[in-house]
Amino acid sequence: MLAFAIRRLGQSLFVLVVMSFLVFLGVYAIGNPIELLVNPQADAVERARATAALGLDRPMLEQYAVFLSRAAHGDLGRSFVFNVPAIQLILEKLPATLELAFAAMVMAIAIGIPLGLVAGLKPHTWIGRTIMAGSILGFSLPTFWVGLVLIMVFSVQLGWLPPNGRGETVMLLGVPVSFLTWDGLRHLAMPALNLALFKLSLLIRLTRASTREAVLQDYVKFARAKGLSPQRVIGVHVLKNILIPIVTVIGLELGSVIAFAIITESIFAWPGSGKLLIDSINQLDRPVIVAYLLVIVTIFIAINFIVDVLYSVLDPRVRLGAVAAH
Amino acid sequence: MMRMLHAAAALLALAFVPAAHAQKEREVSIGLQAAITSIDPHYHNLSPNNSLLLHVFEPLVKRDANQKMVPGLATSWRAIDDLTWEFKLRKGVKFHDGTPFTAEDVVATYKRVPNVPNSPSSFATFTKPIVETRIVDPYTITFKTAAPHVLLPSDLGAVYIVPKAVAEKAATDDFNSGKAAIGTGPYKLVEYVPNQRVVLKANYGYWGGEEPWDKVTFKILTNASARVAALLSGDVQMIETVPTSDIAKLSSDKNFALADKVSNRVIYVHLNQWNDKTVPFVTAKDGKPLEKNPFKDARVRKALSMAINRDAIADRIMEKKAVPASQLLPDFFYGTSKKLKPQKYDPDGAKKLLAEAGYPNGFAMTIHGPNNRYINDDKIAQAIAQFYSRAGIDARVETLPSNVYFTRATKGEFGYMVLGWGTESGEQGSSLRSLLATHDPAKGMGVTNRGRYSNAEFDKQVTEALVTMDDKKREAMIQHAAETAMNDTGLIPIHYEVSTWGTAKGYRYEARTDQYTLATGLKPAK
Repeated sequence: MLAFAIRRLGQSLFVLVVMSFLVFLGVYAIGNPIELLVNPQADAVERARATAALGLDRPMLEQYAVFLSRAAHGDLGRSFVFNVPAIQLILEKLPATLELAFAAMVMAIAIGIPLGLVAGLKPHTWIGRTIMAGSILGFSLPTFWVGLVLIMVFSVQLGWLPPNGRGETVMLLGVPVSFLTWDGLRHLAMPALNLALFKLSLLIRLTRASTREAVLQDYVKFARAKGLSPQRVIGVHVLKNILIPIVTVIGLELGSVIAFAIITESIFAWPGSGKLLIDSINQLDRPVIVAYLLVIVTIFIAINFIVDVLYSVLDPRVRLGAVAAH
Repeated sequence: MMRMLHAAAALLALAFVPAAHAQKEREVSIGLQAAITSIDPHYHNLSPNNSLLLHVFEPLVKRDANQKMVPGLATSWRAIDDLTWEFKLRKGVKFHDGTPFTAEDVVATYKRVPNVPNSPSSFATFTKPIVETRIVDPYTITFKTAAPHVLLPSDLGAVYIVPKAVAEKAATDDFNSGKAAIGTGPYKLVEYVPNQRVVLKANYGYWGGEEPWDKVTFKILTNASARVAALLSGDVQMIETVPTSDIAKLSSDKNFALADKVSNRVIYVHLNQWNDKTVPFVTAKDGKPLEKNPFKDARVRKALSMAINRDAIADRIMEKKAVPASQLLPDFFYGTSKKLKPQKYDPDGAKKLLAEAGYPNGFAMTIHGPNNRYINDDKIAQAIAQFYSRAGIDARVETLPSNVYFTRATKGEFGYMVLGWGTESGEQGSSLRSLLATHDPAKGMGVTNRGRYSNAEFDKQVTEALVTMDDKKREAMIQHAAETAMNDTGLIPIHYEVSTWGTAKGYRYEARTDQYTLATGLKPAK
């Protein structure tokens, strides 16, 4: 286990360095931030001053070297646009994004897995078919369209929910969260549902397929023959065995929800970090882009690590770090 | 039963509506389209910042809704001689912290302006011409410039005054946290959350009289549909930049009102004249290079202007939210010429001119433009290409995101460039100099002349105009320079954008040419 963790850490550091270099190169290739930042009326002196102030007058490789040496000391640079440390800008926004992502995932899991089980156990009944038809809608409707329809119905027509923004927050372990206040929940409901819809459908389909496969297995037949109650057969024997692919997918999807909740965030003006990334790319705010992607890659690495650990818990045959294959 | 239902409904209505109204009567929320990058008024010369910070801070010279200069913290100003300006300051003005405003604050502010660390776009351009400042008395100040600088009052209108103590010590972070956000403006800063919102409260001691709002919340709603939804649902009472696709819907709904006004932003085309022989993305129709750069020929430039149907673009693509352009600013601004009219659509005349210039069969080119910077920018480029095919020119279109586009346009990598320009100073002289004078950035000439148009006669006219102190005489000279450049088709003006604000019932906005969204211009409708 320890060896596994250490090896993972080494690989992760390598990934982070390579990724930061590629992003650096990419932003450099897109364009010159000074073009977008400096006022068009500015003369040559002012342009030169701004270029020097942001360190953009030096060769690309030198800029990258400076970045690396500062990053090693925990300084990821200051935003060109906001003149605050990039990492601070991201960490201010990240709790909102994490909250939205977790709310969406909880919604998707709490609704998706039970519905998927039902659809898998009773595939030919009307209820099983309705669930499957619903999941097709969830898959195929574009996120931004569903978001706008939600706003039109629940905010504009019915006036039940606020159309944008994040509600009142309270501190939980030093992190501002909004799901503990009524106002916060009202603001959270629509964007979380919007974001959950696709994952929900995915989980329904995945759970149904695995369930249908599992109920035909001998161990399920045996459990039934033994006279176990249906609840126990489904809850313990079926569910536990179908969870491995589901946990993998949840892990992957959680990462993508955190990193790329951009459409939902901009439609609902949710003050998260996805919106920050898009704005930063449009402005070529390189320090923020690099820092953001570093944070996201770190989160992905952490999630994957947790998923691998969960495998070994769920399935005793999986052993971490077992190079026993040869 | 019916009566009971009605009574219940009426009771519910009573319970909700007036209560909500009474509480929010003097509070208002406004949806903005772009982020405010800082509360430091000297950090980033950026329109959304300048607009918002005008609530908290004030310059010596302010501007009315048509960008005419009006007294701000200065009550009057005059040129004593060609090199000296005198400003009389307003008496009895107090900063939000109670300290009185005097000439010392002005001096300290102008000293801070060039020294803001990491500023991506500094205000130093505006204070740089001043070589010597003298405080005559606490309410009189004179500035000396090295060369005659007629635009000084206009330039100083862009620099917001902060108290001396703040100017000497505060960093950008102190403004953002609110600690140093101390101005003389009609509102005080309550809270600034980057990319999210800015909250202001009324400054009851404001010298200009009381404002109708106790509290103003600006929400950053960059997504256009989200902005409209926020207005429709009552979450905000006003939004800026109503998307053209929603204008018809909002104007037909009696619960909402639109305010619009032609803006100081012109959409125009620069033609690449960097080189006499070659020009990128322009070839003969068979793909072979041309013998020389056709854009160097005034007849070709004129033909390219004649071949564009400006009325069709304004009516159909812009949904009437654009006005065909003849120069860099609509003709009620200072220095604009009423003699210049938008070029008439004349594809046959264009063909004839091209033949005269030696291109009877036209040529082929690529039109480049941004696709996320100006209103409907990509559609405008498409439309222009179609008009050109009727004049015998093969035009292809390539639009790019602005972060890629402007870097390459500045390097001269495109032949035909669709661009935009907003004149914040509200007078045409400085814009003519930036866009059309021969490129010489060291002298401040043609700094944004991406086409490298060059005309010695025009250069002389505009340079002379901008050192002429007499306002009337200067205006005539600027008009003359504008006519010289436009008749030579130094650039091809397309249209002036019309900016649109949407307000909920019960509110009225005084639309502005500078595209600023100000709570001070929002009033309860009578």
